[in-house]
Amino acid sequence: MEPLVKHTGLVASIDRANIDTDAIIPKQFLKKVDRVGFGKHLFHDWRYLDDEETQINPDFILNKKEYDDASVLLARDNFGCGSSREHAPWALEDFGFKVIIAPSFADIFYNNCIRNGILLVRLKDSEVDELFHFASKTNDAKITADLPNQSIATSDGKAYQFEINDFAKECLIKGLDSIGWTEQFIGKIETFEKTLAQEKPWI
Amino acid sequence: MGKTLYERIWDDHAVHQAEGQATLLYVDRQLVHEVTSPQAFEGLRLKKRKVRHPERTFATMDHNVPTHAKDLSFADSISRLQMETLEKNCKEFGVSCLHFTHPDQGVVHIIGPELGITQPGMIIVCGDSHTATHGAFGALAFGIGTSEVEHVMATQTLQQNKSKTMLINIDGPLGKGVTPKDIILYIIGKIGTDGATGFVIEYAGETIRALSMEARMTICNMSIEAGGRAGMIACDEKTFEYVKGRDHAPKGEDWEKALSYWKTLKSDSDAKFNKVINLKAEDIKPQITWGTSPEQVVAVDEAVPNLDDFSDPIKKEAAKKALDYVGLKSDTPMAEILIDTVFIGSCTNGRIEDLRAAAKIAEGKKVSNKVQAIVVPGSGRVKRQAEKEGLDKIFKAAGFEWREPGCSMCLAMNEDKLNPGQRCVSTTNRNFEGRQGKGSRTHLASPEMAVVAAVEGRIADIREYI
Repeated sequence: MEPLVKHTGLVASIDRANIDTDAIIPKQFLKKVDRVGFGKHLFHDWRYLDDEETQINPDFILNKKEYDDASVLLARDNFGCGSSREHAPWALEDFGFKVIIAPSFADIFYNNCIRNGILLVRLKDSEVDELFHFASKTNDAKITADLPNQSIATSDGKAYQFEINDFAKECLIKGLDSIGWTEQFIGKIETFEKTLAQEKPWI
Repeated sequence: MGKTLYERIWDDHAVHQAEGQATLLYVDRQLVHEVTSPQAFEGLRLKKRKVRHPERTFATMDHNVPTHAKDLSFADSISRLQMETLEKNCKEFGVSCLHFTHPDQGVVHIIGPELGITQPGMIIVCGDSHTATHGAFGALAFGIGTSEVEHVMATQTLQQNKSKTMLINIDGPLGKGVTPKDIILYIIGKIGTDGATGFVIEYAGETIRALSMEARMTICNMSIEAGGRAGMIACDEKTFEYVKGRDHAPKGEDWEKALSYWKTLKSDSDAKFNKVINLKAEDIKPQITWGTSPEQVVAVDEAVPNLDDFSDPIKKEAAKKALDYVGLKSDTPMAEILIDTVFIGSCTNGRIEDLRAAAKIAEGKKVSNKVQAIVVPGSGRVKRQAEKEGLDKIFKAAGFEWREPGCSMCLAMNEDKLNPGQRCVSTTNRNFEGRQGKGSRTHLASPEMAVVAAVEGRIADIREYI
């Protein structure tokens, strides 16, 4: 996983609450057995007018030329709700998104993003409102996310602080291999299993 | 201060805890299906890792399987590849797999409890958000992503941060025609689809205690639709009775040992929850959703809400978009909405009690000639039991199609899907845009409500038929 320390990028905003993982990547794309190439199907039902993805919906923000390089996504409450499919962060990451800002995120989606090097920033409703206003003024709105300092700065000079738990922060900054991290505790796992075999033999 | 059930199970499974780090929790059972596992097995292969405990890992095929017949020629080539990949991976890593032709195959959250894989006090995970279903046994069960599936396969542990705790108490007798599905839809309508985000919910109170195990599963199943990390119900005699004698249940001396441990699994009377919600069962009427989020729900005798009734501008905008998508107008009485499809099944409502309840209403009635109605049992065992009781004959005589087990039209990954603009009353868990097929319109309800909708060709109030 690529480390993420500081990132500056163009903001694309989708003014909707409860954007679910079915909307982020519909089920017909979950049949693949590898984890690459999901970006072109991101937001399929909103982005394309046909199933074959040959006709783009010109009104959808990610189809506008000036948002080709967007890497910061702004949305409303409960982003990523619904299914646990990790194909959702795979699609977002493959499209180029590194940072997503919203007032709240679904729990499973949050964990899945951390595992894929995507920073999720929770801000207050009023702050997200301000960012929507900022993003709507120009199609060149840029945001810098500074993870060590837990801050967000807009290209027009406003700054916001955000909370993130220490471990998620460390995982992102170091691009931590999560299984590798756990393997340092293999001795503890073995001890736990010995006790388990004695105390709960039915497990 | 006492512990909640969640905290008790957490403490019993903590392998490693340190300030500033995630806790490593021991996982007792991992359930696996074809859609969210191929990349996890591939990850193991690339790093030359093994499945640490294949005997604690159970796989089945459900999301993609055809329901017309146990015949792969009904499945598209990519679905077939995904099922074949699961079979191959399970063989290579020594994991047992219920192939879709196996008589006990079924929806992963139906077969876990049915085979006794699900037991009280366990931590159970699966790459599927409806894993919360297993919480009905006083277990801590939740959905995880594919990277976490791989992590559990490799280490039998999971890195977790502790959730907050929410207690939902429901007291009093349920009204006529009110089912467990109505209880959970009502809760989601009350607290919202992110009402329990960051929380593990414990459902309690005399209404919950009076419910059967299968009814409790329906409630825990949809905890995720309220945003909950998990939903759980403390185990009791009903739980033990359900588990006893099942294929993977503890036997002999182990049973006695397990039982004495399970009896300790409850929240202490002085346990403190971060949030407590008290509800009265008598306030709950049969529910039906009108929009594209499970929180967009009303009682069946109400109308589609008026946009002016929303004070929150974001919820109002969401309602506007939803009405536009589902093709409905504010103030339309729910019972006037015409439908063309009915789906009965899924990990929410595909168990034998659901089919019995649906068949009881369907008996002697006819599905409207404007409606296609299908029943998809949750598993091979559910199907056989239903056939033994003659439920299949009742459904078929009424004009329902009787299919093979699978997830089917709950998420429309197989051939069972709606066409754009089609409207379905569905016993499933999500009414999201496109969930049952591109442009599909879904109204979530109980199996009984689904049957009366099929008969009338419109949404109808179950209370008028019983």
